[in-house]
Amino acid sequence: MCRARIRLNALCAFLLLMVACSGEPQQSADAGAPSEKLTGQLTGQLTLTGSSTVAPLIGEIAKRFEQTHPGTRVDVQTGGSSRGVADARRGTADIGMVSRALNADEGDLTAYPIALDGVAMILHRDNPLPALSEEQIVAIYTGQVTNWREIGGADAPITVVNKAEGRSTLELFLGYFKLRNEDIKPSIIIGDNQQGIRTVAADPNAIGYVSIGTATYEASRGTAIKALSMRGVEASLENVRNGSFPLSRPLHLVTLGAAEQASALARSFIEYAASAEVSDLTEAQYFVPLTQ
Amino acid sequence: MSRSRSDLPLLWTLRALAALAGAITLLIVAFLILEAWPALQAPGLSHFLTDASWFPASSTPQFNLIPMVAGTLAATLGAMLLATPLGIAAALFSRFYAPPTIASWFRRLLELLAGIPSVVYGFWGLVVLTPLIRQWAPPGQSLLAAILILSLMILPTIALLSETALRSIPRAYLQGAAALGLSRWATITGVALPAAHCGIMSSILLAAGRAIGETMAVLMVAGNIVKVPDSLFAPVRTLTANIALELGYALDGHRAALFVSGLILLALIVLLVSMSDWIVRADPTAAPAASTQARELRHG
Repeated sequence: MCRARIRLNALCAFLLLMVACSGEPQQSADAGAPSEKLTGQLTGQLTLTGSSTVAPLIGEIAKRFEQTHPGTRVDVQTGGSSRGVADARRGTADIGMVSRALNADEGDLTAYPIALDGVAMILHRDNPLPALSEEQIVAIYTGQVTNWREIGGADAPITVVNKAEGRSTLELFLGYFKLRNEDIKPSIIIGDNQQGIRTVAADPNAIGYVSIGTATYEASRGTAIKALSMRGVEASLENVRNGSFPLSRPLHLVTLGAAEQASALARSFIEYAASAEVSDLTEAQYFVPLTQ
Repeated sequence: MSRSRSDLPLLWTLRALAALAGAITLLIVAFLILEAWPALQAPGLSHFLTDASWFPASSTPQFNLIPMVAGTLAATLGAMLLATPLGIAAALFSRFYAPPTIASWFRRLLELLAGIPSVVYGFWGLVVLTPLIRQWAPPGQSLLAAILILSLMILPTIALLSETALRSIPRAYLQGAAALGLSRWATITGVALPAAHCGIMSSILLAAGRAIGETMAVLMVAGNIVKVPDSLFAPVRTLTANIALELGYALDGHRAALFVSGLILLALIVLLVSMSDWIVRADPTAAPAASTQARELRHG
C-alpha cells in the first residue's frame, strides 16, 4: 500500500515539472490596453516567420494587435533570420523577422527596425580592471587566459559565465566575437539575465554578459556589477539607440518589394510593432525600444 | 457487502474521475514520447549516449546526455546519503527524546523548512553557500552546492514523514517494549524502527523523487556545465536544469532532444520506483503491518 503512493507521487512530481517547464518563457501580456483608435476596417490574416530572437517579442505584440483589431489573426513562426528572408521573398510569409541588418544582396526587401538588442559585458564592481579589449575577452572565454593576473588584475582564477544554448544574448555574443559555442570554456552556465547578474554580483572574479537593459538597470540600483565599455563606448541604452555601441544589433521586420507593395494590414502591423504602444512589451523582453 | 441504489451515482462519478486522472497521466507520457520522437528518429538514440558533448543548437549538433544523467544521479545520491541519516535522527529525536513542547516547536520548524519555495533555497544557495564554497575551491557553483541545497530541501520530507510513521506505531508495541524493560535505544532499534520501516522507506523514496525532480534551486547553484563531474567541487548540470535552461528557446531538433532528456528522467524515476519495490519486497522486516502483528501475536 505504501509503495503505490510513492510511485504516484514521484510520477506526479516529474510530470508537473515537465508541464511547468514546457510553458513559454516570455511573460504574458497583461491585458493589452486596447487603443482608442477606430480601426474596425482591418480584417484578415498575417503570417510572420523568421528569427527566433524576434519571434517571442512579435508573439506578444501580435496578441495585443489582435485584441486591438478584432477580426485579424497574426500567425508567428520561428526558423531563423534566413528563413524570414526566404519566406518573405517567396511570399510564404507576409512579413519576415530578421535579427540583423540586411545584407547588400537583400535589396529587394524593405526592412523596418522595430527594436534593438544589445549585450553588455559585466564584471563584479570590485574588479579593479577598468575595461577589457576584445582580444582579452576572446582569450578569457576560450580559456587562454584563466587568471586575472595575466591581464593585469588581481591574482585570482577567472569565473567565466556563459549563457545556455538558444539564448539570443549568446547568439549575439558569439556572432560579435566570431566564436563558436564549442570553443568556449565556461566555469558556469546560466539561464536568464537575472541569474547572470546575481552570479556575477556574488563572485568578485566573475565575468559575464547580459542584455544591456538589465545590466544598466541593475547597476543603477546599486547591484555589485559594472558594465564594461566596448571600444571606448559606454554601455548604455542611449548608445545602443544611437547605434554607437558595437555589441548590439537591430531587430527588423522585412517585406518584399517597396513599402507601398505591402498590404494595408501588414503595414499597419509593422507600424504598430515599432510604436510606443508596445514599448513595454519590448522592454519586458530586455530589448531596447526605438522610441523612448 | 450491500450496495444501496443511492451509492450508484457516487460510484460512477468516482470511477469517471479516476479514469480521468489516469488518462491525463497517460496522455502526458504519450505527449512526451510524441515530442521526443523526431530526435529519436533523426539523430537516433545512440547519439544521446555516444556524442562528444552537448551542443544541440550548433551547426554540427551533438547530443550527449550522459553528463546530465551522471549529474542528476550524483546530486540525488549525495543528497540522499546526507539527508537520510539526519532526517531519521531528527524524527527519532522529535518522537522519543524531545520533551513535548520542544518536539512540537521542532516539528513546526521542519514544516516551515518543507514549505520554503525552492527558488528561495536556490537564491540563498547562490548568495550565501556558493561564495563560501568558492573560498575553498572556485568557482563555488558545484556538485557540492547542489548536494547541500538538495539535502536541506529533502531533509524535512524525510523527517516529517518518518516522524508520522513512528507516531502511528500501535501503542501496544511500545507498551510491550516498556513492560519487557527494554531501554529507550533498544525500543527504537528493536521495535519502533522495524514497525515503522514501511513508512520510513516511503519517506526516503518520496524525498529521492523530490531530489531528482528539483529544478530551480539546483539550476541556481550547480553551475550547469555539461561535464561528468570529476570532484565534489566540479560544476554539474542535471537533466531537469538542462530542460529548464534551454526549453524556452529551443527549436525543432534541439527541442525534441530536450524531450528526450525528459524521457530519460522519466526512465530514471521508473527505475527508482522499481528499485524501491524490490527493496521493500526483499526485506522481510518490511512486511505489511498486519502480518507483523500476526507474527508477533504468534510468538506471544
